[in-house]
Amino acid sequence: MFELLGIPPQVLLGQLLLGLINGSFYAVLSLGLAVIFGLLNIINFAHGALYMMGAFVAWMLLNYFGIGYWWALILAPVIVGGFGIVLERTILSRLYKLDHLYGLLLTFGLALIIQGLFRNYYGISGLPYQIPAELAGGYNLGFMYLPNYRAWVVIASAAVCFGAWFLIEKTRLGAYLRAATENPTLVGAFGINVPLMVMLTYGAGVALAGFAGVLAAPIYSVNPNMGADLIIVVFAVVVIGGMGSILGAILTGYVLGLVEGLARVFFPEGSAVVIFVIMAIVLLVKPEGLFGRAN
Amino acid sequence: MRDTAAPAPLLSVAGLQGWYGESHVLHGIDFHVNEGEVVTLLGRNGAGKTSTILAIMGILPRRSGSVRFGGVETVNLQPRQIARLGIAICPEERGIFASLSVEENLMLPPRIQDGGLSVDRIYQLFPNLKERSRSQGTKLSGGEQQMLAIARILRTGSRFLLLDEPTEGLAPVIVQQIGRTIQQLKKEGFTIVLVEQNFRFAASVADRHYVVDQGRVIDMIPNADLDANIDKLHAYLGV
Repeated sequence: MFELLGIPPQVLLGQLLLGLINGSFYAVLSLGLAVIFGLLNIINFAHGALYMMGAFVAWMLLNYFGIGYWWALILAPVIVGGFGIVLERTILSRLYKLDHLYGLLLTFGLALIIQGLFRNYYGISGLPYQIPAELAGGYNLGFMYLPNYRAWVVIASAAVCFGAWFLIEKTRLGAYLRAATENPTLVGAFGINVPLMVMLTYGAGVALAGFAGVLAAPIYSVNPNMGADLIIVVFAVVVIGGMGSILGAILTGYVLGLVEGLARVFFPEGSAVVIFVIMAIVLLVKPEGLFGRAN
Repeated sequence: MRDTAAPAPLLSVAGLQGWYGESHVLHGIDFHVNEGEVVTLLGRNGAGKTSTILAIMGILPRRSGSVRFGGVETVNLQPRQIARLGIAICPEERGIFASLSVEENLMLPPRIQDGGLSVDRIYQLFPNLKERSRSQGTKLSGGEQQMLAIARILRTGSRFLLLDEPTEGLAPVIVQQIGRTIQQLKKEGFTIVLVEQNFRFAASVADRHYVVDQGRVIDMIPNADLDANIDKLHAYLGV
């Protein structure tokens, strides 16, 4: 077998696959954050907690109601999205006219409360969630072993990202969303119900986080801190990609996942910080982010 | 005495007051617009013309008094409810969306009622827009953006248009084209309130002119009497 800079290809490809998996989660989560920030003007710090809720809801559905993975993949995002809509109607909607900071502080507080509640009832050791039987096992590709579930995570998240991108950039509904992101007053003056759109957008963005949580449940153990660990990286991803750009959020998520994977191979000591180093550089050179529009 | 058989005005504004936050900008606007009329609001910068338009549309956040449209009191309605009654706005800053293509901008305002212009007809009126339908909205020239801002509200079926300075900053040839468009719309029975600084342009399209000063309507001049009142108007506008 060939080697690259003394690295066996199994190691390289294995880490790239892991990077692609992480990148899939970054992409789905940063996509939701970007959509929410665009329309609601709120930096949704609760996104990680809602992702964790998605995983927990899947676990609860299985353990309390005997509802398996495939239904959870649909039900958990709906439940988390519904919870998000309640949050938006009762709390967030009071902040739209204030500075970003208020939304950030409020959602940060909400995240702590949600995480605290789950920690109180379920502890921090983590709960197991089985890979669904249909996706157990894997393929030996010759140069590496590919677990079926990981392949599914990559495919499912790519499909969701593509679907969200298509909906936002290519459809009539997406045109409403983009227009309302730019100038909600005028869109309202055309007779469109902007507050309803805002509510549903938050619900959908949060449902994406819930979906990512279900995808993550069989890979990472279901535990109350799983979102808090991830969301910091996802925020760095969003800053690098640029807050306003849907495609930017998706692409940056995947690329940075891969970059992290490469860093684990070639410079393992730096792998935990590589994204933040890139963020610092991007902020110095192009503060609006790689895909962001200056304003 | 007023003929009781005469139809009520389509829009009647009475004692309309308006505020931006703490700043009181409209101090009692009174005027009316009959169906099929083109009426202008003339006045100096900062007189309250745009604020009047925004107040009618419901965009001005705080307002009181009365704005009746087709017999419905709208002063306490949301902009989206007012739009649904059949009032459409072409704002001063044009409001073309940068993240939408020309065609998406055109298709954005939902249809409110039947009788809107078809897309084919709109492209016939504004051929430039068809040529550039896939461009980014804000990549159009100023004149084309103005055409687009007018065109997209013609699709909605709204028969009552608020046009805020549609000729501002545009080349004479474009101004003429917009003038012809407004005359054509008038022929087709649209009712239009036009905010203008350029009263030569206003005189070429309008039936009546209201003069706005310091948040009040201070005079009304029928277009036929414009020449006789030209000195007075110059004084009002400070030209």
